[in-house]
Amino acid sequence: MLEGLLLGLDAAFSVQNLLMVTAGCLIGTFIGMLPGLGPMSIIAIMIPVAIKIGDPSAALILLAGVYYGAIFGGSTSSILINAPGVAGTVATSFDGYPLARQGKAGKALTIAAIASFSGGTIGAVLLMGFAPALSSVALLFHSAEYFALMVVGLSAIAAFAGPGKVAKALMMTVAGLMLATVGESALFNAPRFTMGIMDLQSGFSFITLAMALFALPEALYLVLDPARGASKGSNEIKDLRITKAEARIIAPVIGRQSIQGFLIGVMPGAGATIASFLGYAVERNIAKGADQDEFGKGSIKGLAAPEAANNAACTGSFVPLLTLGIPGSGTTAILLGALIALNVQPGPRLMIDNPSIFWAVIISMYIGNIVLLILNLPLIPYIAKLLTIPRNYLIPFILFFTMIGAYIGQNNATELLILVGLGVFATVLRFADYPLAPLLIGFILGGLLENNFARSVNLADGISFMWDRPMTLGLLILGVLLIALPAWRRHRAANRGYIQGD
Amino acid sequence: MRLDKWIAVLFLLGALIYGYAALNYPLLPFERNMSFLPNTLPIALSVLAIIISLFIIVTPAGAGASDDDVLGGVDVARLRDYKIGQAAMLVGVMILYALALRPVGFLVSTTLFLTGAGYILGERKFHIMVPVALIGAAVIWVLVDLLLGIFLRPLPMFPA
Repeated sequence: MLEGLLLGLDAAFSVQNLLMVTAGCLIGTFIGMLPGLGPMSIIAIMIPVAIKIGDPSAALILLAGVYYGAIFGGSTSSILINAPGVAGTVATSFDGYPLARQGKAGKALTIAAIASFSGGTIGAVLLMGFAPALSSVALLFHSAEYFALMVVGLSAIAAFAGPGKVAKALMMTVAGLMLATVGESALFNAPRFTMGIMDLQSGFSFITLAMALFALPEALYLVLDPARGASKGSNEIKDLRITKAEARIIAPVIGRQSIQGFLIGVMPGAGATIASFLGYAVERNIAKGADQDEFGKGSIKGLAAPEAANNAACTGSFVPLLTLGIPGSGTTAILLGALIALNVQPGPRLMIDNPSIFWAVIISMYIGNIVLLILNLPLIPYIAKLLTIPRNYLIPFILFFTMIGAYIGQNNATELLILVGLGVFATVLRFADYPLAPLLIGFILGGLLENNFARSVNLADGISFMWDRPMTLGLLILGVLLIALPAWRRHRAANRGYIQGD
Repeated sequence: MRLDKWIAVLFLLGALIYGYAALNYPLLPFERNMSFLPNTLPIALSVLAIIISLFIIVTPAGAGASDDDVLGGVDVARLRDYKIGQAAMLVGVMILYALALRPVGFLVSTTLFLTGAGYILGERKFHIMVPVALIGAAVIWVLVDLLLGIFLRPLPMFPA
């Protein structure tokens, strides 16, 4: 591990990579503050830039920096104007915004910065321990197990989608897998399902899909519902300092939530949003008396908990991405797509084939967290200024960025029409409460799933590998259980008549 | 019937069409003897999709819709308050932009698009909007074309 660490230090501390991480954090923070642009959209927009850079470790470091920056920027707008730019920072606004209204915006931002920093750093330490262990197990995997693992990953994503949404998430996953079958693939001799359209020959572009599923619906939402992005608070920022007593109160909260958040982030399908909500809920439940009543009215514990948890979860979601090649969230799914475009295959071989990429990313996480802290504390008053851009200017530019992001990837107008069409459809899907991240994850894993499935079927000359290989069988059963168990328990609870929307 | 059920019906239709196309996939002569065919996975997927969409259609609406406002979802009951007209016009402008980008050139079409979108959203101060749009378009063109090296036709007189 020490050897790898040195390799990572060597790579990450090159001038280019330091610039990358700083630029990434800056871009992420500024764009993440804008309501409507979450980490997923920002990373999708940055992908053409990353591909142009060409060096995979530099590109991944840039994108990872953007990721942390975006989560952090989201907290800034949650606290200052109660407009969370990212789902993962919604819980931050529960207590952050009341604090800001009490004239303690500076203090709230400082707590958020420190909690994020600690969460991210503790997460990075845990990642260093977890990832090599996981990847040594993963080396035992053959294509049959890979196929089964992807089935588990996809069902986990559906299973964690939330109460009443499991079937919808499954539907979206299958839709994503179907979209992935369009066009040519390495396995077969002719393009499939292109309906004779030349531009579909190479399949759907994942940048277009990512834009259509996330950035475009958010922007259209801002148009549909002006109240969503409207600023209602004052941007006054006073005292930045926190007292010793306050530090003593939040320290254990940050410690607990960093570890919990990381573990949630490791699970496929969970991620920063669930980690932050769960972190908030857990801290509220274990708080006592007056402390508990304070939650929702400006509790510093209630602010520190989701902030530490969501940053730790961001780091945690890199574990399955880097070691198994399975993205745990929509954002890491986009990162996976970017890596494949850069000719890096994430998975257990990554640490052996490209150790410098692996370790440089981990080291860059530390640097990223430090950069964010340095960046955020003094810049807080200036950062807030960006929030005053009127929406008449903001929305056209968001729309323009999504379109140009898709256009420069493919250079044809058909792509833009696909983008607009899918974007409108995705907006309708969101109205109907269908989760969209499973669709993108299904799309990205679709090709890998089919390749591994085909290889195992060819080797076994049939589907007997599903029960002949114990590990495959075990994983497939796990996948089925993940879907079936929550549904069955909900069904029983509903029959007894005490179901609660948890 | 609620919107999500209608969408499930739409998916069911899509799955049926997709399944039909998969079943009738023109296999090459030598492909027939392979154990894994190009339409193996698509057929399996369409069966899965049919089962899941039927399941969504027949199960009653869940009680889990209450946390939507917390998670930043939408309220279908408030549908009438939403500015659907504005959004539809913006989508129209985006389609026009997509079609115009190549023939008209990047700088002109982008400036028009940004100004037009701003106009739809209610911006009337053109003396600010037009320069902002022009500068925005120019900066992005410089970034994409000169820095990233991806060719974007700036004006109609340049070769496409």
